Amino acid sequence: MADNLALASTEIVEKTGPVSRGIVRRLVKNPRTCISGAFFIIIVLVVLIGPLIYPITYREQVGIPLSQDGLLGTDDFGRDVLARLIIATRTSMLVAVGAVIIALLAGVGLGLLAGFLGGWTSTIIMRGSDILLSFPAVILAIAAVAILGPDLINVVLVIGVLYVPRFTRVVYAQSVAIRSAQYVDAERVNGTSTASIISRTVLPNVMSTVIVQASLSLSFAIQVEAGLSFLGLGAQPPLASLGTMISSGRDFLEVQPTMLIYPSLLLIAIVLAVNVLGDGLRDVLDPRRAFAR
Amino acid sequence: MTNFVIRRIGLAAIQLVIVATIVFLLIRLIPGDAARAVLGENATDDQVAAMRSTMGLDEAFPIQFFNYWKNLLTGDLGVSLISGRPVAADLIVRFGNSLEIIVLAILVSIVVGVVLGRIAAIRNDRALDHIITGGSVLGISLPVFVTGTLLLLVFSVWLPILPPQRYVGFFSDPLGHLQLIILPVLALAATSTAVIMRMTRSAMLETLSADFVRTVRAKGVIERKVITYHALRNALVPVVSITSVELATLIGSTVLIETIFGWPGMSSMLMQAVTDRDYPVIQAVVLSASVFVIIVNLVADLVIRLLDPRTESF
Repeated sequence: MADNLALASTEIVEKTGPVSRGIVRRLVKNPRTCISGAFFIIIVLVVLIGPLIYPITYREQVGIPLSQDGLLGTDDFGRDVLARLIIATRTSMLVAVGAVIIALLAGVGLGLLAGFLGGWTSTIIMRGSDILLSFPAVILAIAAVAILGPDLINVVLVIGVLYVPRFTRVVYAQSVAIRSAQYVDAERVNGTSTASIISRTVLPNVMSTVIVQASLSLSFAIQVEAGLSFLGLGAQPPLASLGTMISSGRDFLEVQPTMLIYPSLLLIAIVLAVNVLGDGLRDVLDPRRAFAR
Repeated sequence: MTNFVIRRIGLAAIQLVIVATIVFLLIRLIPGDAARAVLGENATDDQVAAMRSTMGLDEAFPIQFFNYWKNLLTGDLGVSLISGRPVAADLIVRFGNSLEIIVLAILVSIVVGVVLGRIAAIRNDRALDHIITGGSVLGISLPVFVTGTLLLLVFSVWLPILPPQRYVGFFSDPLGHLQLIILPVLALAATSTAVIMRMTRSAMLETLSADFVRTVRAKGVIERKVITYHALRNALVPVVSITSVELATLIGSTVLIETIFGWPGMSSMLMQAVTDRDYPVIQAVVLSASVFVIIVNLVADLVIRLLDPRTESF
């Protein structure tokens, strides 16, 4: 079903050529995409330079537990909540982005390999993806992290590996279609090497699907990391992650609900921004939608 | 059709065999010695040897594999390393409890999602459509454990309508049981409803602009019938397929939801086993959740084939 859709969209790419011009212009036209894009840029800035803007040394950070000291109050250990939110955003985003990069590189590589080599290679890679997809992701992640040990690097690896098939599938479907296109035959006749065909013809054609898939996976990866940390399997104290902050906020629901509310709203806002941005990107990059307007 | 059913069931059987084999390999991938990992650093060599024997790790690899399959096929999922009780007996009860909230959540999602999706498609690009679609974007952006915790904050602390209470079975206290189940089901259903709604809306928009719908309209069929019998019915195929994906996601989400609401399902069993390094229990939970996903996908493919005989999936 998804394969068919992917195939259909490739055909249109072939007919109309790559749609790279005006992407930014069309992206900016939509106010929702604009707002979430701006928010996402703020998040990226927080990740990159947050601790510089709101610097708090370890000694200063400790105040009276569960008080309103600082901008957003302090947590049960008397730590400044805003400072911890900044670190938590950083932890969550770095883990999620790391996982998506692993999934993207491995998935695109395997997808191209399966699509171009065909035969046994393709059967093994694609059936392997199917098998990985028939495990429920969160449960397999919990089991894998339990076996490897609760540690953020393991979380990155596990989420990364679990998301490889998502990329493999879309890239495979497209590269199979492109492999048999006449312009690829023409390049072969001209003596272009397979490596060059893949990097110069196939990759640009596959890129828009990969970007959309990456934005979808990023939203899932943020949620899975937060979920694992919530269960105590991801970031280990004293390191802050949005999941661990929500988990500790749960213990003070009646005394200090803000301890739960701030990290929850921030997590929802980040996931929402990534999703809206992803929707916007898909509208712009998916040729069928772009040309329907 | 029969041919398709046989081939599809065969595929599911192959998937089951491979998944079970991977679950077998899972504890053999533990870095170092699995038996020592269970007992901790301070165990004596004798204790480790005894644990290896309990876990069946002292046999030759092919014999371990043979025993694993022999036990699996006779319904024996091993014995908990902590409580010493057979895993299968506990798992059946816990899995049933998890299934209860999963099934209720998916039913709520299907009903609400399809109804809202239908409304949004008919009101395409009007105010109501924008409100529903906007809400659905928020819905898919709610991490399930955040929805759960916030629901708990609102309905148990701020407005104590559904105060936290001890778990009671349906048969001992039906009303108390229903009160307990509302929040977990709502938390689980929020995201699935949004996903199903989006799929229903886009599938209906696609069928509403299809040639055959134009023909039906041209024949003078009243609009309500066009929408319900022709457009919605044809839009159901992608909805069924997304529902099966959502069911697979829900079984993962229940782990978080059950932890938050203290629901005695599979997850508390899994989380306890993770803390105790009770590997037979971890294996059994992963295996049964995967079997659930494989069966859901099988049923979905068969239903899709019934709804639309043209599909030639896989």
